[in-house]
Amino acid sequence: MSSTDGGTTRARAQADGGSLGGGAALVPARSIAGRALITVIAIMTFLAAIAAGAAQIVASASAQWTSSIAREATIQIKPRTGRDIDADVARATTIARAAPGVAEARAYTRQEAERLLEPWLGKGLDLGELPVPRLIVVKLNPDGRADLAVLGRELAAAAPGATLDDHRLWVSRLGTMANAVVIVAVALVLLVLVATALAVAFATRGAVSANRDIVEVLHFIGAEDSYISGEFGRHFLRLGLEGGAIGGLGAILCLWFAGLIAGRFQATPGGDQIEALFGGFSIGWGGLVIIIIVGLIVAGLTAYMSRQTVARHLAGLS
Amino acid sequence: MTIVSFDNVGLRYGMGAEILRDLSFTIAPHSFQFLTGPSGAGKTTLLRLILMSLRPTRGVIRLFGADVSRLSSDVVTSLRRRTGVVFQDFRLLDHLTAYENVSLPLRVKGVEETRYRSEVVELLRWVGLGERMHLMPPVLSGGEKQRCAIARALITRPELLLADEPTGNVDPSLARRLIRLFVELHRSGTAVVIATHDLTLMDQVEARRMVLGEGHLHVFD
Repeated sequence: MSSTDGGTTRARAQADGGSLGGGAALVPARSIAGRALITVIAIMTFLAAIAAGAAQIVASASAQWTSSIAREATIQIKPRTGRDIDADVARATTIARAAPGVAEARAYTRQEAERLLEPWLGKGLDLGELPVPRLIVVKLNPDGRADLAVLGRELAAAAPGATLDDHRLWVSRLGTMANAVVIVAVALVLLVLVATALAVAFATRGAVSANRDIVEVLHFIGAEDSYISGEFGRHFLRLGLEGGAIGGLGAILCLWFAGLIAGRFQATPGGDQIEALFGGFSIGWGGLVIIIIVGLIVAGLTAYMSRQTVARHLAGLS
Repeated sequence: MTIVSFDNVGLRYGMGAEILRDLSFTIAPHSFQFLTGPSGAGKTTLLRLILMSLRPTRGVIRLFGADVSRLSSDVVTSLRRRTGVVFQDFRLLDHLTAYENVSLPLRVKGVEETRYRSEVVELLRWVGLGERMHLMPPVLSGGEKQRCAIARALITRPELLLADEPTGNVDPSLARRLIRLFVELHRSGTAVVIATHDLTLMDQVEARRMVLGEGHLHVFD
């Protein structure tokens, strides 16, 4: 449909049987502060999607930590006077390998153990005089058959300086932190959705009062309240979809860009820190789906709020 | 059954004096009447009471037999669908074409465009807007807007037609044509109420006159 003569003549195909125009919007698009509302909805969707995407990244990273850390345990053997630490390490390794549910047990050599201290003590030091504890990394089968309590007791009996760290404390702390981040993010998403709903309600009220004459005429010619609110709702759904799509796309691009930047800093201490916290810093398919869902929720909420606002207004009129 | 019945109806705005007092009258099916009186006598207000856009402060109004003070919004809608109205200021939707304005009452009822298209085009031709149906109200003349508003009120073949100064914006010859149109509508079974203060218009048709003055209504059958 095109407009000429300053929008006052509607040119159309007048072929026999062609539509003469029964589908034009009853609420004129220009009477609604559409562009401003689309911008608000886009910003709100962007914020909600970023929060939801971040929550998804943290949640999936937390799941990764939990599963990878829980599949590992460390045996630490402290040097004790009067004991041959190498023999203790060999014994402990044998016990660990024989334990049910253990896939692999690898003892760090003294050189490897000393290398672990390098970041703190620097290179070129002779650590031969220091009582450096020795580590055995135990990889557990994912079936969860390993009984770490029994293994711990057996180790303590065989090598008095041996302690078994199953990382549980670490896992639970990380899990708590990740859950807190997810809860905060979900609360942010909810707050943003509420703010969006209120913004839409205000915009709808503005649109209804700008179109009061149209609403009144529709009433007089026998339009049901639901028909009138549906006309507004349809219009606002389009605005919501547009704003939601812009905001959602912005959030996806932003997270993708952040992933790109994080990738650049890989293998630097800062980058490794970020990767340790957020995994690959990529939203993945799950994150994409969540962002699309957030966009759709915002659009649906926009349509629903506008319908409700108009319905309340009409109920007030009668 | 009467189409409209007023029983001791009074209306005041806020705490002011009553602007309409003790109105008691009926409008029968297939009847034709003029509602007249000087400007500001309350003709439009009386039409708004019939249209249920104003509530009386006292008395009982019945529309198609139903007491309007006890109607649900669904029933109000169904009663409005049996009533056609021509507003003094036309109330056409400026962003829709004349064709779309006239078809609006059918559209809001959910009728498919394919079912009403020929009927709307025929009515637009009948009121002399056949060549102007694709124009929007801002480029129509006062008389064309008037005819468009009348066509919109007639398209659903209402049982009651209320017209507020329907010839107020047109030259005498067009006014005569429009009044013939209302008479034809009345002959086809519609009860017609025309609010006007144009005496020459009323002289053209022998009809019941309802005269409003100082808040009271005098009916001359």
